[in-house]
Amino acid sequence: MDIQQHRIVITGVGLAAPNADNLKDFRKKLLAGISEITEVDLRYFGKAPAGICSFPETKYRKKKENKRGTRAGCLGVYCANEALADGNLPIDHYLSSRIGVYIGLTEHGTVETENEVYNISKYDYNVDYWTHHHNPRTVLNNPAGEITMNLGITGPHYAIGAACAAGNASLIQGVQMMRLGEVDMALAGGISESTGSFGIFASFQAQGALGSAEDPRQACKPFDLSRNGIVVSEGACIYVLERLENALARGAKIYAEIVGYAMNSDARDFVLPYDVRQAECIELALERAGLKPEDIDIINTHATGTRQGDIEECKAIRKVFANAPKTYINNTKSIIGHAMGAAGVLELAGNLPAFEDNLVHPTINVKNLDPECHLNNMVLDRPVQLDSVQTILNNSFGMVGINSVVIVKKYQ
Amino acid sequence: MTRDEIKDLILEIIEDIDEDADFDALQADKPLRDQLDLDSMDFLDIVMELRKRHKLQIPEEDYPQLATLDSCVNYLEPLLSDA
Repeated sequence: MDIQQHRIVITGVGLAAPNADNLKDFRKKLLAGISEITEVDLRYFGKAPAGICSFPETKYRKKKENKRGTRAGCLGVYCANEALADGNLPIDHYLSSRIGVYIGLTEHGTVETENEVYNISKYDYNVDYWTHHHNPRTVLNNPAGEITMNLGITGPHYAIGAACAAGNASLIQGVQMMRLGEVDMALAGGISESTGSFGIFASFQAQGALGSAEDPRQACKPFDLSRNGIVVSEGACIYVLERLENALARGAKIYAEIVGYAMNSDARDFVLPYDVRQAECIELALERAGLKPEDIDIINTHATGTRQGDIEECKAIRKVFANAPKTYINNTKSIIGHAMGAAGVLELAGNLPAFEDNLVHPTINVKNLDPECHLNNMVLDRPVQLDSVQTILNNSFGMVGINSVVIVKKYQ
Repeated sequence: MTRDEIKDLILEIIEDIDEDADFDALQADKPLRDQLDLDSMDFLDIVMELRKRHKLQIPEEDYPQLATLDSCVNYLEPLLSDA
């Protein structure tokens, strides 16, 4: 079976980022380097910079359903509907049993469990007061399942748990399932509700890896000498994936073709990234895409603003792209923070319009570039106009040694 | 609590679950679930709220007694007489 014969394209994008609730505004703010990272005050933990999404939460379902479900489900339902609307694709265009929903999550259930423990603390920890909603809210397929219930999709739905590589991983899963003929259309993406969990902030702080700054908009500063850690953000991004022939047949707008991907494992440390495996992952994705490093126009880096993480990724890029003078490099987290399970897909979405405007959006908050993070053609502060953007490579790495790379190409 | 107060309590709990709930045409002797957008999980929310607000532990075998607004009031009246 030649499963590679199906060309898979992105034909719709729905997103919620800390600075926008649609791709057009998102792009505008990324080009202008406008961060809307704010300060949150978390139970037990206190104040921290974080990215919070503002979007019309009841546009596609009732408040009652948002209350019963999870924040991740709420984000997912919004983005899935927005992706379909953006793709001008009525949900009944494909058989509901032939649509798959694949959602990448860094974690799920943490927020709900913390809330419930807090709830019973008010009742002397009597578990009679533990909510019956706990299990349906915390099963890992919850956000994907809430999307299927909202849209009446009867095909497969599940979550891909892949730490902060989860967004890319679910996109890859969507491509694979389309190529295998398991489904005819996929809603694939990632979601993060992590800003609701004090434990996630406290754990990063305990690792010395929680970003901070007087102005929260300057707290996420990958590649800068003063960087001091991650800025946790909520967010979501879901793509409509279709086979090229189906997209063409209905005259769909094609954002990009997914031409290459790879995932691998460091197999060595719980938290520390490893440039050697990252470079191997990038090389494998390039090989599968049939591209050379010099064919890549934009690299969206994963760099989160941790000291070693940024250095390791720069080492990997330097190794693979040593002879790629026309490859430009940016970092989206500097503007929106780290949207965890949504990071890979959200950051890729922010770069997709480059196929139309040929602009590379900038990395912000780099005042003193760490020499160990120096890369040629790093786009800082202001966007760079290129003659043409044909390819984007998207890095997304995660804890416990997981690496993912997705390469998309302009369709023409 | 008086019967009217108990009735208000139930409606208030339902409104907390679904603020769009429309009580205008609600018939007190007909099942709540047939008239409002409520399912079994919402019903358990009502049981939980009664537990939280009035320390009522309603045994599962008594759940059918909470089916209508009238039956709720009848069932809860002796339990909430001192509330």
